[in-house]
Amino acid sequence: MAGLKLTYDIPSADDDFTRAGEASGSVKKKLRQIGYNPDAIRKVSIAMYEGEINVAIHAGGGEAEVEISSDAVTIKLIDHGPGIADVDKAMQEGWSTAPEAVRSLGFGAGMGLPNMKKYTDSMEIETEVGKGTTITMVVKA
Amino acid sequence: MTVNELANQLHLKPLAGIGGDQNEVLTCYAGDLLSWVMGRAKEGSVWLTVMGNINAVAVATLADCACIVLTENAPLDEDARQRAEMQNVPIYSTDLNAFEMSVKVAELL
Ligand SMILES: Nc1ncnc2c1ncn2[C@@H]1O[C@H](COP(=O)(O)OP(=O)(O)O)[C@@H](O)[C@H]1O
Ligand SMILES: [Mg+2]
Repeated sequence: MAGLKLTYDIPSADDDFTRAGEASGSVKKKLRQIGYNPDAIRKVSIAMYEGEINVAIHAGGGEAEVEISSDAVTIKLIDHGPGIADVDKAMQEGWSTAPEAVRSLGFGAGMGLPNMKKYTDSMEIETEVGKGTTITMVVKA
Repeated sequence: MTVNELANQLHLKPLAGIGGDQNEVLTCYAGDLLSWVMGRAKEGSVWLTVMGNINAVAVATLADCACIVLTENAPLDEDARQRAEMQNVPIYSTDLNAFEMSVKVAELL
């Protein structure tokens, strides 16, 4: 399979929270269409949704770049938000800075980053306070 | 068992996404924190929750839940209803609480 590259705009939750999950939904659909391994599809869907929600909620929006090849799916989430000051803390289950309004919608369990780690074969976080965050995740086929 | 069979036997009230009611029911999961459900619910789950918003519909789709059952008559938002229709995510409501509903689902599985 030749590599397929998809890019998505992720709107800020403040502007349009109803679109949150659109990018991951669209990637899932695409992977289904091309008959990708169902286990890998499930992992990509879960990890990318969590990442997408984080970009929408914590970073004021950003973008997603997804590369699909026969061996793996690579998901890159890029934002120019506040960055993550303490990555080790952010990776802990239950740790969250989500505002109350977002919590009342069912988010803010502090399980997003741990879920992303759990459902991917590799995850790399590059972040700088005040500049933004880029998270690269790989799910093997 | 399909979602349709389960819904009939438990007298669930259909709210949206009936196009997906042939989904296979494999297990059941109860929870309202979306990331928790996303990371823990198994494929084919009947998902019991009070979260009737559009994000819950996205979670059900991405985590491959069989259907959503809104317990204790929790309301379904209009934009969530529309999304569920579009994506064939079956949503039902019941006046039972999550515990009472889980017991009933368990009897059928
Ligand atoms: N893209 C991001 N930009 C800035 N901060 C982030 C980003 N992603 C995660 N964080 C920080 O890491 C914390 C933990 O993230 P996560 O595990 O997804 O839990 P939650 O989103 O429920 O708070 C967030 O509360 C936030 O402080
Ligand atoms: Mg999160």
